[in-house]
Amino acid sequence: MSRPTVTYKPSDEVDFVIIGSGAAGGVLAKELSINGFRVVVLEQGEYLREKDFTHDETKVFIQSQLTNKVNTHPITFRKSADETARKQQAVLYGSCVGGSSVHFTANFWRFHEIDFKEHSKVGDIPGANFADWPISYADLEPYYTKVEWEIGVSGLAGASPFDPPRSKPYPMPPLPVKGNGVVFERACQKLGYHAFPAPMAILSQPRPGRSACMNCGFCLGFGCEVGAKSTSLSSVIPMAEKTGRCEIRPNCYVHRIETDKNGRAIGAVYFDAQRNTHLQKAKAVILSANGAETPRLLLLSASNQFPAGLANSSGYVGKNFMPNSNALAFGVFDEPLNDYKGPAVSRIMQDFYELDPKLGLYGGGGLDARFDFTPVSFVLNGLPPGTPKWGAGFKQAIAHNFTRTMQIFCHGTSLPVESNSFSLDPDVKDAYGLPALRMTFRDHPNDLKMMEWMKDRALEILEAAGAKTKWGPPIQEQQFAVHLLGTCRMGNDPKTSVINADHRTHDVKNLFLCDGSSLVTSGRGQPTMTIQALAYRAADRITALAKRGEILA
Amino acid sequence: MNSFDSARRDFLQLLGGTACAAWLTANWPALLSAAEHAHQAAKSDHPTLEVFTADQAREVEALTACIIPSGETAGAREAGVVYFIDRALKTFYSDALPIYQKGLDAAQKTTAELFPGVPRFSAATEEQKLKIFTHIAEESERQKDGPRRLAPGGSQDFFQTLRVHTIFGFLVDPEGGGNRDYAGWKAIGRDPSHSFSPPFGFYDKDYPGWQPVSGETEKK
Repeated sequence: MSRPTVTYKPSDEVDFVIIGSGAAGGVLAKELSINGFRVVVLEQGEYLREKDFTHDETKVFIQSQLTNKVNTHPITFRKSADETARKQQAVLYGSCVGGSSVHFTANFWRFHEIDFKEHSKVGDIPGANFADWPISYADLEPYYTKVEWEIGVSGLAGASPFDPPRSKPYPMPPLPVKGNGVVFERACQKLGYHAFPAPMAILSQPRPGRSACMNCGFCLGFGCEVGAKSTSLSSVIPMAEKTGRCEIRPNCYVHRIETDKNGRAIGAVYFDAQRNTHLQKAKAVILSANGAETPRLLLLSASNQFPAGLANSSGYVGKNFMPNSNALAFGVFDEPLNDYKGPAVSRIMQDFYELDPKLGLYGGGGLDARFDFTPVSFVLNGLPPGTPKWGAGFKQAIAHNFTRTMQIFCHGTSLPVESNSFSLDPDVKDAYGLPALRMTFRDHPNDLKMMEWMKDRALEILEAAGAKTKWGPPIQEQQFAVHLLGTCRMGNDPKTSVINADHRTHDVKNLFLCDGSSLVTSGRGQPTMTIQALAYRAADRITALAKRGEILA
Repeated sequence: MNSFDSARRDFLQLLGGTACAAWLTANWPALLSAAEHAHQAAKSDHPTLEVFTADQAREVEALTACIIPSGETAGAREAGVVYFIDRALKTFYSDALPIYQKGLDAAQKTTAELFPGVPRFSAATEEQKLKIFTHIAEESERQKDGPRRLAPGGSQDFFQTLRVHTIFGFLVDPEGGGNRDYAGWKAIGRDPSHSFSPPFGFYDKDYPGWQPVSGETEKK
């Protein structure tokens, strides 16, 4: 599809330069350009279109077509500050126009009211750096609704008795139920739980320029060939480009935010595809590079004026990282579910969203019935323990189980722990000579205990559903993350937060951050919906500030 | 009518809006063309080897056939797994080539040790192959560990590498150069169509529609 576009020179001082075109960056680009501002979006990855997407796992998983490439952008991992980090793919994020929204599962839950004020209700938790948000669910509700209607979310309002208040129903009905959804729903009914149609950022009805879902089954990890997945690429970025005021510039590796002697941001410094360096000048800078790369970029932007990194007077840049906790259970049924067809998830339950304190556990979560495997990934990761690794028995197992297996995925809270962080590795450099991203992480013990509890519930549901074989992989400390949350948290106190409720950094008045790093708590998994609602709200706040002459002057 | 025609027909039926139809008209031929090209390449009657010699390919094919044997349904041999591995070693798995070179030597050595007089693994009887391959797999089990991984790049072990590559070659979308004629997908019951309509399987075919839990409509 040809899209109207505009091209700026790096020397053109645009109103906003946005770093990252993913869930948040795409929304901000659309909102700000529609509001009349000149916008450049700098995206690290390529500008792939629907025609470039494929079901070829070698391209997607082995060659990282859509995601960060560790051969040029290495990552290191350690469990605690007293360890030397070693190279490891600890983080996976989208690296193409549309960011992680291109390859995500498209589970699309709103946070609940409790997520914004849980510290007030629960109090301090030993070992956690727990805080309330400076905004409430009610502040964000209109923006959740806007996300649903603008990008296209399918679901059934009111179906869950645990749903938070909403001002409008979903814009389109739920996606078709799958076999895993049916057996999950029936088992939940038996056990007194409340399964309901999953809200998904996938179109159940066509929209202009986009097809309804064709149930090909290649959602998680893949780009949607027909635009049915409601990614930034398929939804808001075309709207931004249509204004004629927004340029999406791919293959730009931003490695520094430049500031002037007055401490104002003046633009973003990046390598282009030929590794030439440019400064894209802008009156204001917005970082939406994700919860790992946004703090890294701030730390890379240290200067004499900001020796600890840009916007880091609190020392909180990169800290309090929350990846969400998770657990899995598998079941194999007598008859074919054929869950390889259709989007991964069609039914979820949130009865455990807020656990009874008598259990001695903090937080909670939600469970979804799913099958998110390709044939290859299923055989590598979806077979019961003890299955032969090769030979006739192996072949028989994969032939029997592929169509009869489902998963229950338990998603839950991560507590913020200050030492869990992203920082600059002092030893390992990327292909450009810059310090590599270093992840330091160890789950809070509560999160691991809670996931054990959740996994047991998931196995009970599979038993009630009639699974003939069921198992749950052991709960282990996490060393790999895709939800990158909390690393530049929002707050009213500049000593304990990086941005205020307007997403403006406390230290640099024309620098804004909006992505997973802004979150104060982790919710119960599925953060993309909240990240996009925050982006719509941030765009309103930034527009208001700009129109009052408080940013761009 | 080939499977791509069928997919296109099914796909068209899903469309509702004029704008979508226009988008499809503009884009579907390109999608179709790319997919057909890859499909044709994968199912070519005369695939060529770029990395393996004919002798090496014969041994690799025999080894992959131990992992996914032929039978009532296709195995690694019929799915053309060896050609997938050959292409992979030429391109995105090129760093795994030394693992194959060492692994093939080791397989030859094991064959000679267990069955003196058998000139090479592929020349062994099926019973002998089973014993040799069991030895190779057990040796690997003794040495390996670490988390299961989707990308096989990390393992230096021949059996582990060969196993993962064989699974890829058997089950990857044919656009990736394996799974010839969808042989692997058919063997595991995966319909090769590109789009589907509900009901999808046994359990959802009589689903009456979602209903709230009876007697519990109040807000929690």
